[in-house]
Amino acid sequence: MNLYEYMGKQIFRNYGIPVPNGYVVEKESDLKPFEKPVVVKSQILLGGRGKSGGIKFAKSQVELTQAVKELLGSKIRDLKVTKLLIEDMIKIKKEMYVSIALDRTARAPVFIATTEGGVEIESVPHEKIFTRHIDPLLGYSDFIGREAVAFMKLDPEIGKQFMKILPILYKIFMEEDCELVEINPLVITEEGSLIAADSKVIIDSDSLYRHKEFTVTDPEKTPLELEAQSKGYAFIELDGNIGVIANGAGLTMATLDALTLHKGKPRNFLDLGGTDNTDIVANAFDLVLKAKPTAILVNIFGGVTKCDTVANGIVMAKQKFSIKQPIVVRLSGVRDEEGRKILKDNGVDSYPTMMEAIERVVKLAGGN
Amino acid sequence: MSVYVNENTKVIVQGITGHQGSFHAGEMIAYGTKVVAGISPTKAGTKFMDKVPIVASVRDSLEFQPDATMISVPAPFVKDAAYEAIDAGLKIIYILTEHVPFHDSLDIVLNAKRKGAVVFGPNGPGITSVGKCKIGIMPNKIFKKGNVAIASRSGTLTYEIVDAVTKSGRGESTVIGLGGDPVVGLNYIDVLEQFEKDPDTEQIVLVGEIGGSNEELAAQYIKKHVTKKVVAYITGRSAPPGKRMGHAGAIIEKGVGTAESKIKAFNEAGVKVADYPDNVPELLD
Repeated sequence: MNLYEYMGKQIFRNYGIPVPNGYVVEKESDLKPFEKPVVVKSQILLGGRGKSGGIKFAKSQVELTQAVKELLGSKIRDLKVTKLLIEDMIKIKKEMYVSIALDRTARAPVFIATTEGGVEIESVPHEKIFTRHIDPLLGYSDFIGREAVAFMKLDPEIGKQFMKILPILYKIFMEEDCELVEINPLVITEEGSLIAADSKVIIDSDSLYRHKEFTVTDPEKTPLELEAQSKGYAFIELDGNIGVIANGAGLTMATLDALTLHKGKPRNFLDLGGTDNTDIVANAFDLVLKAKPTAILVNIFGGVTKCDTVANGIVMAKQKFSIKQPIVVRLSGVRDEEGRKILKDNGVDSYPTMMEAIERVVKLAGGN
Repeated sequence: MSVYVNENTKVIVQGITGHQGSFHAGEMIAYGTKVVAGISPTKAGTKFMDKVPIVASVRDSLEFQPDATMISVPAPFVKDAAYEAIDAGLKIIYILTEHVPFHDSLDIVLNAKRKGAVVFGPNGPGITSVGKCKIGIMPNKIFKKGNVAIASRSGTLTYEIVDAVTKSGRGESTVIGLGGDPVVGLNYIDVLEQFEKDPDTEQIVLVGEIGGSNEELAAQYIKKHVTKKVVAYITGRSAPPGKRMGHAGAIIEKGVGTAESKIKAFNEAGVKVADYPDNVPELLD
């Protein structure tokens, strides 16, 4: 789960990483009287906010009120701005970059830093980036910071401040169950101090049970995806016309791939998971129907999920939601023959192989 | 010979009285796996299916000389359960549970390695040494003894491919589910090393998916170290970037982990990649 900038900065502040003074406004009346030049930053989860007009500078009360009026409630690349972070302007001498992320292949956190901050890290030449894995059993130790400072040829005073930030960053990464903690830019001010001018923090969604303080609804999810999430389905909307229900993330992905290779256009990804409950099957149809597909494909390889349970769920859904669209079902695995018989008795097409079902549903779905 | 587990492997089940744990323990026994004990602090002293003793802790199960464990406890308790097994000296740790925080998985995997134990999962279907031992949740009936070893990052898709291989008249030696999470115990290279050495295995199927760079690294490894025939299937080619496709690991981020990159890497290593799961057997000898 991605945290907003202001939430990430709150964590930084709590742990002792310097951040600019600031506060959050959700409506104009939250605004405090103008004292000194400020930056008004839209709180949306989007890279390149500045370029898209989501960040404004204010050097007077008039400019501040104007900026807040313009930004609050506006839409930036389809995302509605509901919160602004208002921060003291800092005098930037140089922008650096520092982050800790998970390297899955190495099974270790990796620490990345460069003196070329303020831009996307992907655009920085490889030889200018310091990369160092941290052995989680050893943890962070100052020698890692010294390696980084030497690599980046930091001025000794800045180096000293940088060495204070690194162990804190590592502590946040570990204690808050992060996938990523990134400061970009980490600013060297004209006064010669380091300050985190932005924050990007991603928390492992599977750890949220032990981080109840973070309750952000993912703005990248559509209303239907959020509804699916609340009902416990792994569901993603796509832009085609064939509704898809399958079991297992891998098989569901393979179903979408096979549909696409057959010139079919999937409307969604829906992984039933392992279930032996007809209601869960029937309610999956409710979600898919809300996406208004022209045909529905069900692809089940029975294991934990029994084919006859799925068949009963399909029959139940068909009656409950008076489904008009053609439904094509592939059932294979545990209790497939029983399942196909139930479907046949209730007038639903079913096939033993994935390819037959896919060819059939593409034909029935018609153009987009 | 077989890899990781064989007909003599003794298995305990941590969480044997839970819904999932009891169902799959029963299936494993039906397959012929030697399930020697179940762990449940509250039901110690009773028996599972009237024959498997239930004890209070992994330590208490040591009198049955277990080699392996299946862990099926809720995600918040997985780390403790795995540590208990590692500490007791078990060398095969299979974690069925989904949604384990990856920081916990990281701790489990690193400490297992330190103690010489191997971790399957989290969030994978486990391992089946066909005809000898099944630890995990793969359906019993899809296998047939043969010379094809299969390693995969997903569950149901693995069954689909095992089923296709079996229906083509071939059979399997060992089938391994690595797990769909960002941090899992084994990668393709670990299992390729085992399959290459295994006299029961003559050809190998790798089932990959979008996300990360494990498939690309496997391709490089195959080029240098694997003499047996390897074929592959990659899923997620139609997935839009930035959308997590069910598995926590299956996401294309900043252009890294695309199906194209993986297919290209395999092709360069002489590994043919099937378009559909059903096509996998056609690429095999």
